[in-house]
Amino acid sequence: MKKPLLIIVLMMAAGALMAQTPDNPNTCYDCHTMMGSPYDSIAVAQSKDVHGKQGIQCVDCHGGDPTSMEYEVAMSPDAGFKGVPSPADIPELCGSCHADPDFMKTYDPAFPTDQLSKYRTSQHGQLLVQGDEKVAECASCHGAHGILPVDDPRAPVYATNVPATCNQCHGDKEYMAEYDIPTDQFELFKKSVHGKALLQDKDTGAPACNDCHGNHGATPPGVTSISRVCGTCHVNNFTLFQESVHKEIFDQMDLPECETCHGNHDVEHPTDAMIGTGDQSKCMMCHAEGDTGYKVAASMSASIDSLSSVYDSAQVMIHRAEQKDMNVEDLQFSLREVRQKLILTRTTIHSFDPEKVENIEQEGLSVGQKIIRSARDLIHEYYYRRRGLGAFTLIITLLVVVLFFKIRQIEKE
Amino acid sequence: MKRTLAQWFQERYPVESVVEYSQKKEVPLVHGTIWYYFGGVTLFLFIVQVITGILLLFYYRTGAEQAYESVKFLMTQVHFGWLIRSIHSWSANLMVLSAFIHMFSVFFTRAYRKPRELTWVTGMVLFLLAMAFGFSGYLLPWNELAYFATKVGTDIVGVIPGIGDFMLTLLRGGEDVTGATLSRFFGFHIALFPGIFTVILAIHLLFVQVQGMSKPENAPEANLKTMPFFPNFVLRDLLLWLIVLNILAILAVYFPWELGSKADPFVSAPAGIRPEWYFMFMFQTLKFIPGHVLGIEGEILGILGFGIAGLLWILVPFFDRSTERGRRSKILTYVGIIVVLFIIMMTIIGYILS
Repeated sequence: MKKPLLIIVLMMAAGALMAQTPDNPNTCYDCHTMMGSPYDSIAVAQSKDVHGKQGIQCVDCHGGDPTSMEYEVAMSPDAGFKGVPSPADIPELCGSCHADPDFMKTYDPAFPTDQLSKYRTSQHGQLLVQGDEKVAECASCHGAHGILPVDDPRAPVYATNVPATCNQCHGDKEYMAEYDIPTDQFELFKKSVHGKALLQDKDTGAPACNDCHGNHGATPPGVTSISRVCGTCHVNNFTLFQESVHKEIFDQMDLPECETCHGNHDVEHPTDAMIGTGDQSKCMMCHAEGDTGYKVAASMSASIDSLSSVYDSAQVMIHRAEQKDMNVEDLQFSLREVRQKLILTRTTIHSFDPEKVENIEQEGLSVGQKIIRSARDLIHEYYYRRRGLGAFTLIITLLVVVLFFKIRQIEKE
Repeated sequence: MKRTLAQWFQERYPVESVVEYSQKKEVPLVHGTIWYYFGGVTLFLFIVQVITGILLLFYYRTGAEQAYESVKFLMTQVHFGWLIRSIHSWSANLMVLSAFIHMFSVFFTRAYRKPRELTWVTGMVLFLLAMAFGFSGYLLPWNELAYFATKVGTDIVGVIPGIGDFMLTLLRGGEDVTGATLSRFFGFHIALFPGIFTVILAIHLLFVQVQGMSKPENAPEANLKTMPFFPNFVLRDLLLWLIVLNILAILAVYFPWELGSKADPFVSAPAGIRPEWYFMFMFQTLKFIPGHVLGIEGEILGILGFGIAGLLWILVPFFDRSTERGRRSKILTYVGIIVVLFIIMMTIIGYILS
């Protein structure tokens, strides 16, 4: 009984405060901050968030009359008060500003305004239209009060926080039970090369969930689009594959392109063992001894092994020369070229053309062998210098001895 | 043939009298004779500097865009380029060390006393020039350490009251250490300093030849053992020079002088920036002096202090009257010991702290 009375008293007090700021009335904030927990936290959070800082108030989303101290008036449906919007209404509510280019460009002309239209095409958006209110809408990822800009590391949609944000729903078995999709994506992603780069190394250039699935237009990539998703970053691999013999075969077999060999959420750092005819070879999933694919795999694997071995030898030789205090700066520079060629050889296997792979291998081998010869020359030079010093010291010592006896002879005389 | 050639020269120049003079010239054979050789060692190292310096000039190109590259080319592509540069650098350091020893041996034996005051003064000028050679040559490869050390070194010159700003601009060729500074230092190092050095060295050697080696102030004239300057002392000099040459070769082969990375004025100074070892005692002392002492800026006070101390050191023959009278001044001996200990201590501390 006492609480409504207290609220009324507080509202009256807020009214007194309001009288002092008639130009910018916000009785929602005034009352909510005076009501204490939990009513105040949303008001305070909103006032400090990306919207609050731009002067956007509670009324802009919730409606009502922020000039009235009478809560019956301020929160009256007649004054346009909407209360807490339902999930189904949120995309349109946010879109009322965010999908309006004329309005948004008053804040930032470069700000995108296609979020709502993309959302409508997304799996989330389509299910929401069908009445499923469990799916993610704007507030599910961005929050409602206390929204932070996407480049703020505290924001749930900041690159390194995205996987955990998606996982709040997608990792919840019970919540996702009715959708018949896996819930271990986040666990797999954490162990993947992308996940380690993003979550451990904090490399925001590494892909999060939204980089492959889209964010506002989130949808699972299909068989036909998977290589385009990967190809966004791995351009060379994508181009080579598209021009390769495998493209048509994979299409015919309805196989996803990159995913067939590399997996999806658990993409691991590729190794040289993935190509060739060994136990870990991905080629051997389809090919067997005797067929053309087997020979191609063996040839490409041999090219990589050969260049990799020369690269390692060149590295060792440079190290040996460096340990002898010889100047190896130029050799280290050339070694980078060999490394580039090795990377290019590994990339070129996506063409599945052994001749192409071998050409690049040969370019790398030529530089690598030159480095090995130069490093060997430096090591020889090192011993040559010491032998030279030895001979010089011997001559000087002989001269010193001769001179010493000459001086003694002169002084005796 | 030999006789004809000698006769040819004798008919034109007083060759015989010069030879006769040097044969008659005697070098005292006393307990501290070993110190007499360090002047010769310094001279030998200077000759090495001149020869290797000329060889380096065949490849060195001045300018911020070319200097580092030309030294790198010399060290990696030119036959024995590494050896010439390493010998030049090691010889420079040994020359300064030898000059230090020569100076202090002259000081402690009071060899500067009448009539050799001007030999001491010319020697001191040569010593300061040797340090200037070192400072200017250090920058020439245009590497990172040298760049920042020169920046710090010229900054110190800039705080000298009255003439600091002028000196700073004169040395740097502008406000900052740039390619203009490099060109200037190159000019100083290969033209200005060698020119002045050679003239003063000639005067210094002339004084030594005319006045002969100094004898201990209290040595009885009658019992003093001596040896002929030529050939005895010259051959002994030669023997020592050969040993020094061998030491230089060993240092150059086992500890080749590093080039480091190219100077980049836009990066911050790397840790451990320090001057050449022979400037370390001054650098460290300036770091120890508080920011302000009796209302005077600490750095200015330090520079003034070193300036006055250096001037007094140069003028020491003119106010040390007791040695002239046959009594060696104990105070000056103590001052010398304190100076030596101060230099050694500050140098060690400087290296430990950096």
